[in-house]
Amino acid sequence: MRGVTNIVIAGLGGQGVLTASDIVADVALHAGFDVKKSELHGMSQRGGSIASDVRFGREVFSPMVPAGEADFLVVVEPDQLSVNAAALSPSGIIVDPSQFPAEKLRNKKTLNVALLGALSRHLEFSEEAWIAAIRRRLPEKLVEVNLEAFALGRG
Amino acid sequence: MEDSHSALAEGGADATALPSGAQQSSVELVNGDEAVARAAFDARVSLGTGYPGTPATEILEAFDALGGRAQWAPNEKVGLEVALGVALAGARAIVAMKHVGLNVAADPLFTAAYLDIPGALVVVSADEPGMSSSQNEQDNRRYAVAAGVAMLEPSDSQEAYEFTLRAIEIAERWRKPVMLRMTTRICHSKTVLRRGGALSIAPPRPADYARNIPGRVMIPGYARPAHKRLRVVLAQIAAWNETADVNRIVAGSPALGIVTSGISYQHVREAAPEARVLKLGMTHPLPFELIRRFVSSVERAVVIEEGDPYLAEAVRAAGIPVEGKAEMFRLGELNVNRVRRILAGDTSPERELQLGKPPTLCPGCGHRSVFSCLRNLGCIVSGDIGCYTLAVLPPFEAVDSCVCMGASIGLGLGLRHALPLEQAKRVVSVIGDSTFFHSGITGLLEMAYNPPPTGHVVLVLDNGTTAMTGFQEHPGTGRTLDHSATAKASIEGLARAVGVRNVHVIDPTLDPAAFERLMKECLDKPELTVIVARRDCLLAARTIREYERMNARCN
Repeated sequence: MRGVTNIVIAGLGGQGVLTASDIVADVALHAGFDVKKSELHGMSQRGGSIASDVRFGREVFSPMVPAGEADFLVVVEPDQLSVNAAALSPSGIIVDPSQFPAEKLRNKKTLNVALLGALSRHLEFSEEAWIAAIRRRLPEKLVEVNLEAFALGRG
Repeated sequence: MEDSHSALAEGGADATALPSGAQQSSVELVNGDEAVARAAFDARVSLGTGYPGTPATEILEAFDALGGRAQWAPNEKVGLEVALGVALAGARAIVAMKHVGLNVAADPLFTAAYLDIPGALVVVSADEPGMSSSQNEQDNRRYAVAAGVAMLEPSDSQEAYEFTLRAIEIAERWRKPVMLRMTTRICHSKTVLRRGGALSIAPPRPADYARNIPGRVMIPGYARPAHKRLRVVLAQIAAWNETADVNRIVAGSPALGIVTSGISYQHVREAAPEARVLKLGMTHPLPFELIRRFVSSVERAVVIEEGDPYLAEAVRAAGIPVEGKAEMFRLGELNVNRVRRILAGDTSPERELQLGKPPTLCPGCGHRSVFSCLRNLGCIVSGDIGCYTLAVLPPFEAVDSCVCMGASIGLGLGLRHALPLEQAKRVVSVIGDSTFFHSGITGLLEMAYNPPPTGHVVLVLDNGTTAMTGFQEHPGTGRTLDHSATAKASIEGLARAVGVRNVHVIDPTLDPAAFERLMKECLDKPELTVIVARRDCLLAARTIREYERMNARCN
């Protein structure tokens, strides 16, 4: 679909995949886009694979990113890359923890937000817009450590 | 949350058009379940009830979070009956459940359709094409036809909100239950919801009992005319549906016309942006004249629907020539690519879905040792619905059947009745606490009433919560949906009350060897036994302790 950006965020239950996709969707909504976000989270709490689709543009129809049409594939857990590789478009970009010094994260649980920092380099939203979305979507006590993670990923 | 969206809010100028319970105009990204809850709240629904089940669980939780009165029923049948009572009192009620829950609630539903109901009874059925977390992918649109109830199908969160309001209006206008049929992708996808402005609903009438014996007491003499009245009402709703704004036509080329509804509409718009589309909002009773005119306006007409060929069959039976989909597309969810294939007539084999890592029994689960024990003892395990079904996977592979809520007990008894002695003695029924209260009690009665000659062993894995669906309360936790204190039902007490003599309560993790000894001893006896293996869910234990502290302070 013309003018729609497709992002797939993949990982395992408990890695903050849904939080990450909520933040992306929030940024896009506040930038004035139509946004849809979809995932199957029935059993994710039991440690299974989980992938969340975020789509934004002037008008978005299906909430699911069609196979082969993802512009970005963000993998929180590198071994989820092969499972989700079919989602990626031929010109799509993979975002993974090897693209920034992930070992420097103060809290490993913020890897999801650090990956958003890495993703943010490819998207048109301002750094301020991302920071505002992180503040809106996360509990106050987790904001600072996640902003640090975001900055690390953004580089 | 509300504040965060104020930058996008459209201004509160029209807010006076809304009942006092409603919010100002607002824009937010919510899933379909949350949208239904917002509509229920804005329409001042008196009571929301149901039983947890993916993907419907969040409806009642969100309704509660907004300040609505929401409660978990022991099962969907009771929930629907309570909701019917609320509507008979003249108030507004919503009852929410997953698709298989409607099987449990079908008994009251079919006869509720005959009743004269002054309030609003909205039945939400959340179907699971693709079975992300379910045991079947039944298509509950069939229930609307079978029970004779009107059905609305939203295609995003905005419609989930609007159609919930419309369902209430239709229910009150025709004094009949209305079904809101959702699917996983509607329930769990977040899309933009705009509330307020011109969207509104009249406030509810005050609850009041008005006696109407022939309209409410379904003895044959009253049920016969009631059925006749229902058919008249359905014909009236069908006539209304011909011009209702819940259906709409998207302009497009006459070369291709698509009849669709629900989530399929979204896939269609993307897969065939050039097509003319008839999007149906109310899919029972169908607006056949509208469909006939639409189909005759296009050169090629195709029905695109997920699941059963319900629309295609109904439309063809009305003598309207439409193409349907190939049988292979009955299975699983649709998506944009599958819709492209249906339109292209492409039935070549599809690429296998990449499944990734399946969910597992949590590494620290307090009931893992139970399944090691059942495996060690060579048990034939009649299983049930819940986390513990995951013990079917390696390394345990310790579940032999899983059918529906509560089936473990009846099915286990049947095995005991029919199997040769040496096998019968190894049969164990395994059921969770929430599932036990949902549908296990009648199984227990059957066991006491018609005991197999070998006796039987029922193992209740009590982890103190409805874990699989995200830690909801149930009658055995002693807390209501909002976690405040209430009566606490006892599994062991119920077992003794129905006449089971051997009732044991044990923590299976504390001493796994003792648990195994107990299991062995019970299996060797030709008697009836209930073992309650009690240990709080590892993931919920801390929260459970907090609720208990909080409730203790309140008392």
